[in-house]
Amino acid sequence: MEVRVRYAKVGKVRFLSHRDLARILERAVRRAGLPVAYSQGFSPRARLHFGLALSTGYESLAEYLDIDLVEPDEGGTASALPAAEEVADLLQPCLPPGVVTTASTSIEAGTAALQDAVTSCTWEFLLDPADHDRATANAARMLAAEELPIDLVRKSKQVREDLRPLLLSLDVDRTPECSRLTVELGTKPRSVRPAELLAAMELPEHPIRVVRTHQWIQSDGERREPIELAAPSPHASERAS
Amino acid sequence: MTAHLADPRGGPPDAGGSLWDRLEPLLHRVQKPARYIGCEDGAATPDWSAAGPTSPIVAWLMTYPDTYEIGLPNQGLQILYEILNERPDAVAERSYAPWIDLEAEMRATGVPLFSVDTHRDAGTFDLLAFNLSAELTYTNLLNCIDLAGVPVRAADRRAHHPLVVIGGHCAYNPEPVAAFVDLVVLGDGEETVGDITRIVSDWKASGRGDREEVLRALCAVPGVYVPAGYEAHYDGQDLVAVEPIWPEAPEVVEKRSIADLADWPYPRSQLVPLTEVVHDRLNVEVFRGCTRGCRFCQAGMVTRPVRERPAEQVRSMVAGGLRRTGYDEVALTSLSTADFSGIGDVVGGIIDDEACGRVSVSLPSLRVDAFGVDIASQLQRGRRTGLTFAPEAGTWRMRQVINKLIREQDLYDAVESAYSQGWRRMKLYFLTGLPTETDEDTLGIAELAANCVEIGKRHHKGPSVTVSLGGFVPKAHTPFQWFGQNTQVELQRKVHLLRDAVRRHHGVQMKWHDPRATLAEGIASRGDRRLAPVIEEVWRRGGTFQEWSECFRIDLWEEAMAAHGLDIEWYVYRHRREDEVLPWDHISAGLHKDFLWQEWTDALAEVGLPDCRWTPCYDCGACTGYGIEHVVASATPPAGGSQGTGQDLSTGGAVPVSLSPRPTVSA
Repeated sequence: MEVRVRYAKVGKVRFLSHRDLARILERAVRRAGLPVAYSQGFSPRARLHFGLALSTGYESLAEYLDIDLVEPDEGGTASALPAAEEVADLLQPCLPPGVVTTASTSIEAGTAALQDAVTSCTWEFLLDPADHDRATANAARMLAAEELPIDLVRKSKQVREDLRPLLLSLDVDRTPECSRLTVELGTKPRSVRPAELLAAMELPEHPIRVVRTHQWIQSDGERREPIELAAPSPHASERAS
Repeated sequence: MTAHLADPRGGPPDAGGSLWDRLEPLLHRVQKPARYIGCEDGAATPDWSAAGPTSPIVAWLMTYPDTYEIGLPNQGLQILYEILNERPDAVAERSYAPWIDLEAEMRATGVPLFSVDTHRDAGTFDLLAFNLSAELTYTNLLNCIDLAGVPVRAADRRAHHPLVVIGGHCAYNPEPVAAFVDLVVLGDGEETVGDITRIVSDWKASGRGDREEVLRALCAVPGVYVPAGYEAHYDGQDLVAVEPIWPEAPEVVEKRSIADLADWPYPRSQLVPLTEVVHDRLNVEVFRGCTRGCRFCQAGMVTRPVRERPAEQVRSMVAGGLRRTGYDEVALTSLSTADFSGIGDVVGGIIDDEACGRVSVSLPSLRVDAFGVDIASQLQRGRRTGLTFAPEAGTWRMRQVINKLIREQDLYDAVESAYSQGWRRMKLYFLTGLPTETDEDTLGIAELAANCVEIGKRHHKGPSVTVSLGGFVPKAHTPFQWFGQNTQVELQRKVHLLRDAVRRHHGVQMKWHDPRATLAEGIASRGDRRLAPVIEEVWRRGGTFQEWSECFRIDLWEEAMAAHGLDIEWYVYRHRREDEVLPWDHISAGLHKDFLWQEWTDALAEVGLPDCRWTPCYDCGACTGYGIEHVVASATPPAGGSQGTGQDLSTGGAVPVSLSPRPTVSA
C-alpha cells in the first residue's frame, strides 16, 4: 500500500536541509513502527519518496511524502498495516517540533511521483514594509510584460529562461505589520526558485519569511492539491507552537 | 486563503532571555544553519522560572569547543547533561563553537555565545563546562569564553561571571590552560558534578560573595583541581614544583572513578540530532577503562580499571535506544569492544532481537586478536559497517615496545575473517614516530597492508586497504611521557618514506596526519603554565579551529613560542629525565610514577606486560589507590588470547634495545 502524507515545516526547523528532513522522516517511519518496504540490494533503504525540495530557510504548509508500506507476513515481525488516514497521526509524535503532519491518504499504485505530478506552487513572501512600493510597482510591470528573460544557473551552467509563462499569478497587499507578496509559480518544464523571483523583482534575498502554502497538480483543466485539507484551518502553526 | 503565519516559531515557546530573535536573521547568511537550532529529540527544556543570579538553582552550560557535528555525539557531555537535568537544584543546556562565518556575524551584531536548547546567553549560566578531548581545541576554548562575554583569564573574572570548568582527557595535564579555567574535573564526572552543584548552590544562595571563597570550598571535592590554589616554581628553564598556596588545596589531586557502570545507565535519552553529525547512530558504552596496557595510549592509562556493563543492561539499552531514536545502527563503544565478555553473543543477540528491527552493529576500536570469524559473521548479518583495525605499528619488535602484543598472524586472521564474511575494504590505523622506531618499522606498515590486500584477493576482486597514519604525540600519565617526540621534519620524512613504499602496492591507499599539526599538539600536550600566553596569542591572532586543516596555522604557534621565549626543542623534542618534575605531577590518575618509569624502561627493553584483567595484579596503582577493582564478567581472555595470555610470543631476531638518538634536523 502506498500512503501519501501532507505536512508542514514551520519555525526553527525551516533551517533543516531537504536531506536532513529526509533522514528525520526515515527515522520517524521506523520509530512509528510503520511496516515500510525496503529496497533490495547491498544496502537496503526504506522506500520513501520525497516531493519537490524546499530550500533551506523557507517554511511550508504543503510538503508531501509518499511511503510504500507492506502487508506484514503471516506471523512475521512487521507491525500491522495501519489505515492510511492514521499514518499522519502515527508519525506526529516521532517528529521534531515544527514538522507537523496534517493529513494522510492512500494513493493508487502507479500514481505519478510527486516531482513529476506537481505543476505549480503558491508562495507567500512577507516583506519589510519599506519594500512595499517597489514590490507593487515591479509586480505590475512583470504582469504587463510579454516576456521576462532572466539568467539562471542550472547544473553549473548559465541559462536564460523566460520567467513570464511560469508566473501564474502575483499579488501584493499590505498587512498591518508587513507587505505580503502571494505568487503562483509554475514548475514545468523547469521551476524557478523563489530567490530567483525575488532577484527579478529587485527585492532583498531574505524577506522576513518565505512560505510555500500550496503545491498544485493541473490536469484535464482541473487544478487540485496532492491532498486537499478537509478544513484548511490554521492548525499547522497552532500545533507547531 | 491566507498562510496563517500567526506564530512563526516551531518548537517550545522560548522562556524569557532567548536570543533566538537576534540569532535568526544571521542564520540565513551562514553554512549549515541547522546546527544552531537545537530541537533534537532528547533535548531538555529546563524550567528556568526558579533560576537566577542568587537562586540556589545552578545553571550549567555543557560546551564542546568545536563544531556541533563533532561535539553533539560526545557521550561524556550527554551523560552529565542528563544527570544534571535530573537534579532539582540544577539546569543544564548545551553549546558548541559557532563556525567562523557565524562567529563573524555574532561579533558584528553583538550576539553572544548561546545555548542551542533555549538559545540563552552563555554569560547568564553559573558554570561554563567544557569537554576537552584534543589539545588543538584549546584556542576554541578561549574563543568560546570570550564569546560568552567572560574574561579569558580566570584572574580577571568577578563574582558575577560564570565559573569555567574543564573535563575530559586533556584535563590530565591542565597546566597549559590553567590560567583560563577555574575548575578542572579529573576522571568520571558522574558524581563530581553533583558535588560541585551543591557547593555552588550554597554560594549563590548566600549572596554570591567573593569568588575565591567558592573556589576554596570546591578544593574539597574529590576529583576537582582548582588551579588558582597552586603556584608553579621554576629554576631557570626547569620546573621545580607546583605547590598549593591555599590550605584547602591538596598537594596531589586524585581523579574520581565510578565503581560500577551498572549504576549509571546513561545516556537514557541519547540526543538524536536533526542534521548530520559524526557517529550518527545509537551509541551504547559497554565498558569503561582498558588494561591492555598499550604504552602510548593515554585513555587506557587514565581510565583504569575495567568496568563492564552487565550484558543484560547492554541489551536493554540497545533495544530501548533503537526503539526511541529510530536509528538503524548501534555502536557498542569502549576502548576495545572486542574484549567485552561474551561479545559474540551480545552482537548476535541484538541482531536476532525482533524488538531491534533491521539493525547494523558497529564495533569501533577493534583489537585484531579478538576479532574472529564468529564476530565477523554476526556483524555481517546486519548492514556491513566500516571495519577498522589498529595494529598501530608495522613490526613485531615495534609492537613489543608499545606493548600492543598482536602478532602478524593475528592481523592476517582477522583480515581473513572479514574478507571471508563479505567485507571488501578496511582501514588500518598506525602510528609513526614511536620510541626506538627505525625505517624498517615504518616500512613494515606497507608490507602488512600489502599482505592484507593479498589475503583479500583470495575472496574478492579489487580488495582495498587504507592505511591511516598518525604522528605520535607523547601524553601525560603514560609510560611514554618521558619520550622526546619526533621532530616535524623527521615525521615528514617517515610519511614520505611510507607513501613512496605504499605506491608500489596496488590496492593500498594511505592517509596521514599533518606533521605540523602533530607538532602543535605536542607543544600543548606536555606543556606547563608558561604556555598560557602562547595559547592566548594564537587565539588572539585568529588561530581558532586548529583541528581543521583549512584553519590550522603552524606559523602562529611557532611565532608565539618564539615571542614568549619558549623553546620547542625543550618542550617537545627532548627526552625527559627520570628525576625531573613533570608539569602534571600534582595531578594523579592513580598510576604510580615508578610503575610508569618501569614500563618506560621495559618498553626500551622490548619487554611486554600482560593484561591484568586476566592475570595477576602488578599494582599500577589504579585499583589499589581507590579501593575499586575490575568489573569483568568473564574470568578468561577472549578467544585468540590477549596481551600474551594464551599466546606464543616468541620473538624473532636480535633487536636494538637502546632508545635511538633523535635524528638531527637536516632540512
